[in-house]
Amino acid sequence: MSTLDRRHPWSLRESYLFDRNVIAEIQRAAREGIYGIRGFGAKRRLPHFDDLLFLGASISRYPLEGYRERCDADVVLGTRFAKKPLHLKIPVTIAGMSFGALSAPAKEALGRGASEVGTSTTTGDGGMTREEREHSQTLVYQVLPSRYGVNPDDLRKADAVEIVVGQGAKPGGGGMLLGHKISDRVAEMRDLPKGIDQRSASRHPDWTGPDDLEIKIGELREITDWEKPIFVKVGATRTYYDVQLAVKAGADAIVVDGMQGGTAATQDVFIEHVGIPTLPAVRLAVDALQELDMHRKVQLIVSGGIRSGADVAKALALGADAVSIGTAALIAMGDNSPEYDDEYRKIGSAAGFYDDYQAGRDPAGISTQEDELAARFDPVLGGRRIANFLRVLTLETQTLARACGKSHVHNLEPEDLVALTVEAAAMARVPLAGTDWIPGT
Amino acid sequence: MTTARAPEATAAEIVDLAAVPLRELNQRLHGLSGGPPGPHRWRVLNPNGAHAVAAGLDAEIEVEIEGHVGYYCAGMNKLATVRVHGNAGPGLAENMMSGSVVVDGNASQSAGATGHGGLLVVHGDAAARCGISLKGLDIVVNGSVGHLSAFMAQTGRLVVCGDAEEALGDSIYEARLYVRGEVAGLGADCVEKELREEHHAELRDLLGRAGIDEVDPAEFRRYGSARRLYTFKVDNAY
Repeated sequence: MSTLDRRHPWSLRESYLFDRNVIAEIQRAAREGIYGIRGFGAKRRLPHFDDLLFLGASISRYPLEGYRERCDADVVLGTRFAKKPLHLKIPVTIAGMSFGALSAPAKEALGRGASEVGTSTTTGDGGMTREEREHSQTLVYQVLPSRYGVNPDDLRKADAVEIVVGQGAKPGGGGMLLGHKISDRVAEMRDLPKGIDQRSASRHPDWTGPDDLEIKIGELREITDWEKPIFVKVGATRTYYDVQLAVKAGADAIVVDGMQGGTAATQDVFIEHVGIPTLPAVRLAVDALQELDMHRKVQLIVSGGIRSGADVAKALALGADAVSIGTAALIAMGDNSPEYDDEYRKIGSAAGFYDDYQAGRDPAGISTQEDELAARFDPVLGGRRIANFLRVLTLETQTLARACGKSHVHNLEPEDLVALTVEAAAMARVPLAGTDWIPGT
Repeated sequence: MTTARAPEATAAEIVDLAAVPLRELNQRLHGLSGGPPGPHRWRVLNPNGAHAVAAGLDAEIEVEIEGHVGYYCAGMNKLATVRVHGNAGPGLAENMMSGSVVVDGNASQSAGATGHGGLLVVHGDAAARCGISLKGLDIVVNGSVGHLSAFMAQTGRLVVCGDAEEALGDSIYEARLYVRGEVAGLGADCVEKELREEHHAELRDLLGRAGIDEVDPAEFRRYGSARRLYTFKVDNAY
């Protein structure tokens, strides 16, 4: 028996400050001399929709019959200026994820699933693939700072345009795609040499500031003959001001991505330490829209950590018109599945922990550009899983809305919510449960 | 009708932006893409600094703009030849795919940004970020360019007959840069490279296509990527 074994098991005390993960990271940094890069989203505990609860109907509120009474869930995006707004059957869309970060079959599956339930999917930093366009009934085309793969033909093929200023995982940071994911096809689409560690710009190349953004939106409207809705996506930081500036710049819809939003490859320090959580971001965005009398006129799409119908319903109750899912969509397709646990372990991870999307060795065939791995992924099955998951999100949202007596999910309102924590009450500006106290008001 | 067709069959279709909304001009020009044949030559009068003039063209037509234009003139141009008889604002010919865009005067910042193909000629000076994130377009500037020109330029060529301000070619990929005058400073990972005969020939061709005959290709210096930033590692962190 070793000396260690003879010690009382409770005598080993792990430091809160220097826990095993922190120690491992310090040792990795000392060994490798470069910051840690990974995928997924923030892993730290953050105030979130879990900290809110619905007040179901009671004597003073009349519920709708679950499963039976009509509770609509459709949403129209882009009603402000576009000749052809998007009419989606459900208030959940698929967030932008690039071909490059994801395999072509995974992008196809996202399109298949979204189309099956009548919602939209979104391109990403790398352009539009043929598979994605063919299988997406409604496709939003992102225009990012890098402008990889941006061209007028695809712009015209899109159903809406999304100018990406930032994303929740890294507001103020550019993208990266490491060399082993720069395949021949990705390199060609991005006009880059094969196999290099690619950087995406953090600033747009042809506009700076809100006045320029207004002119940029005007150009895109001219090129598309004012047909397509133009969204502006921001990572959640100075959300109140960003939303007001985007409205003033002429956006049809605004996407606010909280810091829990996922990424394919970003510095860990960025993911965990930049931006604000989705919960306060929704409140700030709605405040900004209401102050300009633009709430429900410029639609608000919220993303960053949406996992369930409860998250969807709470975001809508706080004033969002729709939400987007990214990480949850990957998981629905098979990411982090126990089915691949043995293979995750071979590459130093495990099912439930896998976040090395940057490495391109995804055994599920989703976040990879290796043909052999991508071929494992069945886009038809993946599409069905996406459709199933989106249906469940919608059913759960409707169930909660009916319980609150709402015949449309957009009729959910902050008055239906209470908070479990003081922080959440202050951020969402709903009362702490059991009180009428909203901190800060 | 606020536009007037010139009497001769070969004369240009004239659109006066003092009387015709920009949206109408652009929609008429877009209507020439894959549709029934329309006028080949167009003259745009009184642009008065309007933004997005002749943006999104997709037809083998010639558009002459008589005056100064604002932001994003000839943005995302395909196939068309656009000539600006004046100065151009920011984002001139941004993301252009093919065809040619020629500006008689000066261009503001981000001229030719992210351009994929074709030829952009600026006979005067171009301001900061000329050729930023270039993706295959060729740019010839008869005058000088501002700071951070060819920033993150991926592929394509930038020819500067005058000088280049600070941080030329910062974080450049595979684009080729030629400067005849002084370079105030090179950006991260941008280095001077040997100017060989093949580059003389390339310069002669580009200058010839730009209609600039009075300069000698041998007077230029060539710049490109040292390729040290192609992998993330501690030794090349900036």
